[in-house]
Amino acid sequence: MLELYGHVVASRLLLGTARYPSPAILAEAVRASKTDIVTVSLRREMAGSRAGGAFFQLIRTLGVRVLPNTAGCHTVAEAVLTAKMAREVFATDWIKLEVIGNHDTLQPDVFALVEAARILSGEGFKVFPYTTDDLVVAERLMEAGCQVLMPWCAPIGSAMGPVNLPALRSLRAQFPDIPLIVDAGIGRPSHAAIVMEIGYDAVLLNTAVAGAADPAAMAAAFTGAIEAGRIAFRAGMLEPRDMAVPSTPVIGKAVFS
Amino acid sequence: MKLTINGEDHYTDISVLSDLLASLEYEGEWLATAVNGELVHREDRSDFTLCDRDRIEILSPMQGG
Repeated sequence: MLELYGHVVASRLLLGTARYPSPAILAEAVRASKTDIVTVSLRREMAGSRAGGAFFQLIRTLGVRVLPNTAGCHTVAEAVLTAKMAREVFATDWIKLEVIGNHDTLQPDVFALVEAARILSGEGFKVFPYTTDDLVVAERLMEAGCQVLMPWCAPIGSAMGPVNLPALRSLRAQFPDIPLIVDAGIGRPSHAAIVMEIGYDAVLLNTAVAGAADPAAMAAAFTGAIEAGRIAFRAGMLEPRDMAVPSTPVIGKAVFS
Repeated sequence: MKLTINGEDHYTDISVLSDLLASLEYEGEWLATAVNGELVHREDRSDFTLCDRDRIEILSPMQGG
C-alpha cells in the first residue's frame, strides 16, 4: 500500500480532471481508473455563474480525495495565495504545488518552488511539489518540508514519456523511502509501466486519458499498466545483456552428426 | 468607490464584502475570496470592509491536472 502524508491509498494512479469531452466522461474515467485521488484547480468565477458549483458537486459524488493544484501560478505569492484559497474551498491541506517558470515548456521555477514549499509547509500544508528530475532541487524540497516528490518525466501534455530515465533512477536511489510520483509527460500506458518498473511509487497523469478516443478505456489501460509495473518491480527484473543466453538447457541435447 | 473584481473594474457603494458578493449573485460554499492578495475566510466576509481601489479575487473549483 502507498502512504502519502499518513493517508493510505490503494491505487497508484492519480488522475487529473481537465480536458475531458464532458463531465459524464470524466466521471466514467475516474470510476474506470479506480483512482483514490484526483487533481482539481481554482479559477475566477463569473458573476451569477454556478459552473464551479456544478464541478464541485460532481467531484463530491465520485467519492475520491482531491488534490488541488496551483496551476498557472508564476510567483511564490500567487502560489501561496492560491493554495490558501484551495484549502478554503476543498477543505484539505494537500496541495499540488506548481510554480511555472517557462511559458513554452511549463517547466517549474524550482527556486520559487522551494521557497513556496517552505512557506506552505510552515503553514501546515502537505505539499506535493511538481518539480524537475534535478536531484539537488529534490533535496531542497525535502529540507523545505516536502514528504512526497513529484518529478516530471517530460513536459506537461507532451506525451513523450520518460526522456531521462537515468535521472529518475538516480532520484529513486537517493530517496528510497520517499514516495516518488511521476507527474507530467506520460503519454502511453507503457510509459507508466516503465517508471513503475524502476521503482516509482505512483503516476499522476491527465491528458493521456482525457485526450484518448475512449477516456474510460484508457484509464483502465493505465491502471493495468501501473499495476503490472509495480508487480514487476517487486518481482525483480532481469538486467539487459549484450549476448544471447539460451533459455532451453543445453545439457542432454541430442547430437545428430 | 472603484473596485477591481476578477480583473474587471467595478463601481459600487457597497462596502461589505459579503454584501457585494450577494449583490453580484456570487453564491455557494465553493467560493474562495481574496482582497489585495490576502485570503478572506468565508466566515470573515460579513465583517470585511472594502476600500476604494481594492482588488478582489473570487475563485471557484474547476477541472485541473
